[in-house]
Amino acid sequence: MAQKTILRKPRGFIDVYKHKPGAEKDRTHYCPGCGHGILHKLIAEALEDFDIVDKTIVISPVGCSVFAYYYFHTGNLQVPHGRAPAVATSVSRANPDSVVISYQGDGDLAAIGGNNILQAANRGENMVVFFVNNAIYGMTGGQMAPTTLEGQITTTTPYGRNVKTDGYPIQVCEIINQLTAPVYVVRTSLHDMPNIRKTRAAVRKAISNARDKKGFSFVEVLSMCPSGWKMDSVPAQEWIKENMIPRFPLETFRDDSEDTPAIERPVPVMDPDEVKRILEYSALSDSNLEKNPDAAFEKVAVRIAGFGGQGIMSAGIALANVGMEYGYNVSWLPSYGPEMRGGTANCSVKIQSDTVGASECTEPNMVIAMNQPSLEKFEKILVPGGALIYNSTLIDIEPTRTDVEVYPIPITGIADELGNTRVQSMVSVGAFAAVTEMFDPGEIENLMTSLFKGKSDKVMKLNEKAVRKGYEYVKENFS
Amino acid sequence: MNENRKYPFSEIDPDICKGCGLCVASCPKGVLVISDKLNSKGFHFSEYVGEGCIGCGNCFYTCPEPSAVTVYLRNYVPEEVS
Ligand SMILES: Cc1ncc(C[n+]2csc(CCOP(=O)(O)OP(=O)(O)O)c2C)c(N)n1
Ligand code: SF4
Ligand code: SF4
Ligand code: SF4
Repeated sequence: MAQKTILRKPRGFIDVYKHKPGAEKDRTHYCPGCGHGILHKLIAEALEDFDIVDKTIVISPVGCSVFAYYYFHTGNLQVPHGRAPAVATSVSRANPDSVVISYQGDGDLAAIGGNNILQAANRGENMVVFFVNNAIYGMTGGQMAPTTLEGQITTTTPYGRNVKTDGYPIQVCEIINQLTAPVYVVRTSLHDMPNIRKTRAAVRKAISNARDKKGFSFVEVLSMCPSGWKMDSVPAQEWIKENMIPRFPLETFRDDSEDTPAIERPVPVMDPDEVKRILEYSALSDSNLEKNPDAAFEKVAVRIAGFGGQGIMSAGIALANVGMEYGYNVSWLPSYGPEMRGGTANCSVKIQSDTVGASECTEPNMVIAMNQPSLEKFEKILVPGGALIYNSTLIDIEPTRTDVEVYPIPITGIADELGNTRVQSMVSVGAFAAVTEMFDPGEIENLMTSLFKGKSDKVMKLNEKAVRKGYEYVKENFS
Repeated sequence: MNENRKYPFSEIDPDICKGCGLCVASCPKGVLVISDKLNSKGFHFSEYVGEGCIGCGNCFYTCPEPSAVTVYLRNYVPEEVS
């Protein structure tokens, strides 16, 4: 890097803060004397000097720096409170060549995000975390933070932080330093010029570590919040020196930057055959069934609902699997009540030729209600013209909807006649095939061995009969 | 900018400055002062007194506002910025 001849606004910043609402697009929203601005400048300068502005992604969660994306001329993500290290993990894993910065306050990192930071640090994610410790919640008006000092007055500790009731100020660097993976762990401060320069050096080292893929660097910066502390800026610097440093000593806790080689992670491979093998789908995979071009339904979004134990989930899985055999895109999304058995259960199944987006059927074009509460609950969300199949053995009320096709079918009764109530789910699968005309019952029977892998022949035969009976009931009564 | 000024010197944008005074406290030569005047946002802004700057860069690095302070260093050549 050539020697500087001028110190001016670094190119790591956006020239005009066009994302910032209002008229003042030439200045930050930070209060006079706020440490965030100083640290921003040190980061922006390093990004320019290292020529990595374009490959850097700054991730800011909640706190006064929530609007970091107004300023940095990098990729930016604004994420939920405390979650920046988790998002940074995904960004870094998906784009190993990018420089990922998680920029967090103490309320954010040490309170709500306490576990996120530990896990990312423990995995040694390739990222820099800048941890702005100003011993307070700045953005929300000066409440106690995990790092608030003993005796410090905040809006939520009007008599001063009492360690007997509020615990002790958390020393985050010391905690991070207990973990094996981090490469660089340091605490610096903005309270005077020599320390701002040390902070600058730490910022540059941490960012070059991320650039060189050395892993996890953690830079804690003691920083002024003149507004939250209710003092002027220069006395705020004094306050750091007098009060914060005794509790938060300025130290390089660890620096393995030199000796650490670039991380090499195994590249994840997605092998469809392997997935099929793991999910035991191999037997289902070579049937190549033809879609029925004249089917009554082109695509289905169905809610199947009933008591736990009525085979709601297996009916859904069976439909999704058969759909897949026909070459449709499918999804199956279970939704259980608090108890897996005995309570209510429902699932969403989508079967369609185009790509499936959200897998929950919020506007189904079919509802299969196996009991009365399910009918009452789900007939409401059925789209007009949709199909309402309900189990007339257990439901003795009439549906209220008149703008849908109604199919009362004694599903449980049919299963009982076959000698086993448990096959009611396959009766509904047969009924589904008949109403939609998407599946041929014979083909479903052919698939039975793979749908009920490991089950006895007797069970298999019974399920085949159940499909057939459900199918025939619809054909005989509703054509 | 006055082309006849001697390098190094510090230039503070009076309108962007928020008057926090950190630069004034950081200047080893005491050549920055808080003005009696107010800027359009109602801040008493910081000013360079006009001579004595040694180009240490303290005011630049301590200023939280990205574009408030520019320091033209000793080796600065005006043509560089166009
Ligand atoms: C989930 C959630 N909980 C609470 C809040 C409210 N909230 C906004 S900022 C903040 C604390 C910010 O403090 P800190 O991380 O120290 O950043 P600072 O503002 O001091 O820079 C809280 C609790 C929120 N936005 N989202
Ligand atoms: S409240 Fe504190 S942390 Fe937030 S911008 Fe103001 S001085 Fe900075
Ligand atoms: S560069 Fe140094 S000497 Fe010059 S005005 Fe700034 S702080 Fe003072
Ligand atoms: S540090 Fe920046 S904002 Fe504060 S008084 Fe100096 S020039 Fe103005």
